[in-house]
Amino acid sequence: MRNYLKYAVVLVLVAAVLALGSIGCSTKEEGGATPTPALTPYKVGALFASSGFNSTLGQTQKPTVEMLVDQINKAGGINGHPLEVIMYDTKSDTATAATLANKLIEQGVVAIIGPTSTGESMAVKPIANQAGVTLVSCAAGSVIVQPVGNYTWVFNTPQLDYVAIERLYIYLQEQNITKIALLTDTAGFGAAGRKWLVNTDMLSKYGLTIVPDGDQTYGTSDVDMQAQLTKISGTAAQAIVCWGTNPGPAIIARNMKTLGMTIPLLCSHGIAFKSFIDTAGSAANGIVFCAGKLPIVDQLPDTDPQKALLEKYKTDFEAWYGSGITNTFGGHAYDALMMVVDALKAVGPDKAKIRDYIENDIVNWPGTGGVYNMSPQNHNGLPSDPKQAMILVKIVNGQWTWLQD
Amino acid sequence: MSSAQFVQYLISGITLGSVYALVGLGFTIIYAVTKIINFAQGEFVMLGGLLSFTLIHRAGLPLVPALILAILIAAAVGATMYLLAIRPPRKASVVSLIIITIGAAIFIRGIAGQELTKDFVRLPSFSGEESISFLGAHIDPQALWIIGTMVVVTIILHLFLNYTMVGKALKACAINPVASSLVGINPKTMALIAFVLASALGGIGGVVLAPLTPLSYQAGIMLGLKGFVAAAIGGFKSPVAAVFGGLLLGIIESFAVAANWGPFNSAYKDAIALVVLLLILLVRSGKLAEEERAG
Amino acid sequence: MLARLKRNWLYLAIAAVIAFFIVIPFGWFLGQYTTLMIFIGIYTIVTVGLCLLMGYTGQVSLGQAAFFGMGAYISAILTTTSGFNPWLAMLIAAVITGAFAYIIGYPIFRLKGNYLAMATLGLGLIMWILFKQLNQSFGEPDGISGIPYLSIGGFAFDSSFRMYFLVWAFCLAVLLISQNIVRSRTGRALRAIHGSEAASESIGINVVRVKVKILVLGAVYASLAGSLFAHHLRYVGAQPFDFLASVKLVVMAVIGGLASIWGAIFGAGTTHILSDEILLRFGDWDVVVYGLILVLVMIFMPEGLFVKLKEVFERLRLRYRRKGVEP
Repeated sequence: MRNYLKYAVVLVLVAAVLALGSIGCSTKEEGGATPTPALTPYKVGALFASSGFNSTLGQTQKPTVEMLVDQINKAGGINGHPLEVIMYDTKSDTATAATLANKLIEQGVVAIIGPTSTGESMAVKPIANQAGVTLVSCAAGSVIVQPVGNYTWVFNTPQLDYVAIERLYIYLQEQNITKIALLTDTAGFGAAGRKWLVNTDMLSKYGLTIVPDGDQTYGTSDVDMQAQLTKISGTAAQAIVCWGTNPGPAIIARNMKTLGMTIPLLCSHGIAFKSFIDTAGSAANGIVFCAGKLPIVDQLPDTDPQKALLEKYKTDFEAWYGSGITNTFGGHAYDALMMVVDALKAVGPDKAKIRDYIENDIVNWPGTGGVYNMSPQNHNGLPSDPKQAMILVKIVNGQWTWLQD
Repeated sequence: MSSAQFVQYLISGITLGSVYALVGLGFTIIYAVTKIINFAQGEFVMLGGLLSFTLIHRAGLPLVPALILAILIAAAVGATMYLLAIRPPRKASVVSLIIITIGAAIFIRGIAGQELTKDFVRLPSFSGEESISFLGAHIDPQALWIIGTMVVVTIILHLFLNYTMVGKALKACAINPVASSLVGINPKTMALIAFVLASALGGIGGVVLAPLTPLSYQAGIMLGLKGFVAAAIGGFKSPVAAVFGGLLLGIIESFAVAANWGPFNSAYKDAIALVVLLLILLVRSGKLAEEERAG
Repeated sequence: MLARLKRNWLYLAIAAVIAFFIVIPFGWFLGQYTTLMIFIGIYTIVTVGLCLLMGYTGQVSLGQAAFFGMGAYISAILTTTSGFNPWLAMLIAAVITGAFAYIIGYPIFRLKGNYLAMATLGLGLIMWILFKQLNQSFGEPDGISGIPYLSIGGFAFDSSFRMYFLVWAFCLAVLLISQNIVRSRTGRALRAIHGSEAASESIGINVVRVKVKILVLGAVYASLAGSLFAHHLRYVGAQPFDFLASVKLVVMAVIGGLASIWGAIFGAGTTHILSDEILLRFGDWDVVVYGLILVLVMIFMPEGLFVKLKEVFERLRLRYRRKGVEP
C-alpha cells in the first residue's frame, strides 16, 4: 500500500507540473506577441535548422524571416493585421521537426514555412498535409513535391536537387569532359546530391561516366580528405564533382592544392557562402559551382526580372545581420514567406484559400530563387530547364564571377 | 597502390592521428589521475581554434599572442569546470560524472556558439601553403606543425611526469590515490592539475589544427569522440599509449579509405576504428575487470 | 468524514491522475500536449528498461539508443520495402533486437564500470553509423519515409488522438510487466546482485545470466518503443539514435531514479517538458541552459529528481503525521 502511495504522489506532482505548465504556457502564447493590436495577428509557423548539422543552411533563414516580419509590420502589416511568425529551431533533427510542426498546428498557424532540409521536410510533410495546413518547404529534395499526388498542401521554393546536378552535367558536357569522380558528404545535402549524381539516366544523358574507385564520400565532420583524393588521383577522372556544405568542400579544395591536383573541381550551391572563400583561401580560385542568381546579382543586366528584388534583399539583409553573409538558402526562406504573405494579402487567414492561392495564383512571380509558376501538377514552380533555373559561378581572385555561355 | 600513394595515405593518417593523439592525451591524463572520462575534452580543442580566431579578428591581437592566450583561456576553462562541476559532488557515481562532463560540454559548446561565432573559422597557416614533397607524396606544411607539436608535447609531458616533483606526484596519484594521499599528495590538487593540463593540451590541439581545417563551435563533438577512441585504444594508461592509440586510429582511417569498400569508405572507416576499440576492450576484458575491482 | 477522505486520499489521487491522462488528447487547452505526451510515453518505455539495467546491475549503458533505433529501423524497412504487416514487423524487430542483446550481452558483461560504459558507447556509435547507411540503402539519404500507420482491422492509428492511447497502453503494460518481474525470482536475484555481486555468486546466482536477461528485456522494450516511434512519425532518420540520444536516455533514467519503474515516467516526462516546452523560451540559449541544468541536477540531486521529491514528500508526511492526525 505504501508503495502505491509514493507512486501516486509522484504522478500527481507530474500532473500538477503539466497542468501549471499548460496554464502558464497558454497565457504566454496568447498574450505574448503584440500588445493590444488593432486587428488580430496573422500567425504563420516557421521551422528552421539553426543548430545541428544542417545549421550552415539554416543559419540565414531565421534572420531573413525576422527581417521581413519587421519590414512588413513597420509598413502596417498585412491589410492592417500584424504578421506574427512563430519560429522554432528543429536542431536538424527530424523527430524534433515533426513535434514542432504538430505544436505549430496546435497553436493555430495558417501555414508553415520550412524546414531547412529534405529529411526534416519529409517528416513534416504528412503532418501538415493531414492537418490541412500549407507547407512551403525550404528544402530542395524532389521527393518533397514530386509527384504531388495526395500531398496537395505541400510546396517548396528551392531549385529541385536534380536540377542543380543537371546544370553541372550540362557544363561538363560542354567542356568535353567524359570521365568524372565524385566526392560527396554522407549526410543529407551531399547524400541527396549523390543519389542524382550516380543516376545512370542522368549520366548517360550527358555522356558522362564515373571512373572506377571514383565514387568517394566523406563524413560531415571529417577534417581531412587527402585519402579519398589520393584514391581519385590514381584514376582517369578528368574532373571532380563535390556535393556538400561547409567545411567539407573547403577542406577538399585545400587538400587538392596540397596534393598538387590540377583537374577542375565542381561544387554545388552548398558552397555559395562567403565563408567558403574565407576558409578555402587561394584554393577556392577556379572552382565552378551552380547556384541561384544571388551571388552575382551585381553582374546581372538591369533587365533581369529578379535583379531589383535580389539587390534589395542583399542590401537589407546585410544591414540587418552583417555583411557578406547573404546566401541563396536564406533566399529560399524569403520566397516561402513572401508567397504566404501574398496569399494572406489576397485571401486572409483561411488555410484552404491560402493553399489554393499558392497553387494557382503564384504565376510569373519573381523571387530570389527564380521566377515561379506554380500549378496543381507543379508545386515547385521553377523552370525545369536547368539552364534557366540555375546559373554557373566561377570563383576568380576570391570573387564570384558569373560564368555565362 | 603505388609507393607514392602508400606514403600519402600514411602521411595523412599520421597527421590525422596526431590530432587525435593530442585529444587522447587529455582524456588519458584526466582518466589516469581521477578515473573520470571527461566528455568535454573535445570542446577544449574547439575552444583553442575559435578563441584564437576571435582574439585575432575581434581583439586585433597578432598571431602568436593570440594562440598563447587561447591556450591559457582553454586551460582556465578546464580549471573552472573542475572546480565548479567536478569537485563539489562528493560521492558522485560513474553515471553522474559522465552526465556532468557531458552537460559541461554542451554548456561550453553553446556559449562558444553564442559568444564567439557560429561560422566556420580558419587560422592562417603558420608557414605558408606551399606543399612539401616527400617520397613522392605531398604534405601541407601545417601537417608538419601538427605532427611536430604532438611529438614535442609528448616528450615534454614524459619529462614532466617522470622528472619533476609535480609530475611524479601526478603519476603516483594515477597508480594509487590512497597510497599517494598517505604520503602527502593531495588528490584534489592533482585532479585540478590534470584538468588544467588536459584542457591546455586540447587547446594546443585546436590551435595547430585550425590552420589546416575549418572549425566550428560544433567541432568538439566528433574530435572528442575520436580522441576518446584513441585514448581507449591506448588503454588510458600513459601519454605514449594515447599517442599510439591516436596514430593507430588515424592510420586505420586513412587506409580504410584506400581499401575498396565502394562509396561507403567514409562511414566504414569510422566503424572500423570502433570495432578495433571494442575488440581491444573485449580481449583485455579480464585484465580490465581486475583493475576496476582493485582501483 | 474527514478521516475517511484522508484514507481514501490515495485512491482519489490515482483516480485524478488517470482522469488527467485520459482528458489530455481530447483538446481544450491541454490538447496541444498530446504529441508531447506521446513522445513521453514512447521514451518511458525505453527508460524503464534502462532504469532496470542501470539500477539493478549498476552498469551504465551509453548505447541504449541503439536498441531504440533497431526497433525503429527494422519496422521501417520491413513495412516500406517488403510490405510487412506493421505488427508483425514490430514483433520481428523485438525478436531481432532481443537476440542481438543476448549475443553481445555475455562478452560485454565481462567488462565493468568505465570500460563497460566505453563498450556500450562504441556499440551505440557503430549502430548509428549503420543506421546512416540504411538510410542510403533503403530510403532518401536522410531517412526512410512513408512508413504506414499501425492498424487493427480497419481501425488505423492515424491520428495523435489514437496513437496517444495506443502508446500509453503499451507503456502501462510495460510498467506492469516490469513491476511483476521485480517482484519475481528474477527481481530478487536482481536486488541481490545490486547489493553485492560476490555474495550473490556465492549463493548460486548466475550473475552474468541475470544481467544479460535484463539487458535483453531493456532491448526488447526499446525496440517496441522504436517501432511505435516509427509508426507515429512515419519517418525515421539516424539522428534520434545518436550518442547524444543515448545520453538523454541515461539522463531520463537518472532523473527518474535508477531501479525505479514508475519513476521512468517522471524522468521521461521532465526531460521532455524541459526540452520541448521550457527551453524553447530561451531561443538560441536553450542549449546552454540545458547543459547548465544537467550539471546542476547531477551535482545536487544525483539520485534523481524523483527520489529527491519522494524524500521531500516523506519528510512532509512525517511532519504532518506528528501533528496528531491519523490517516
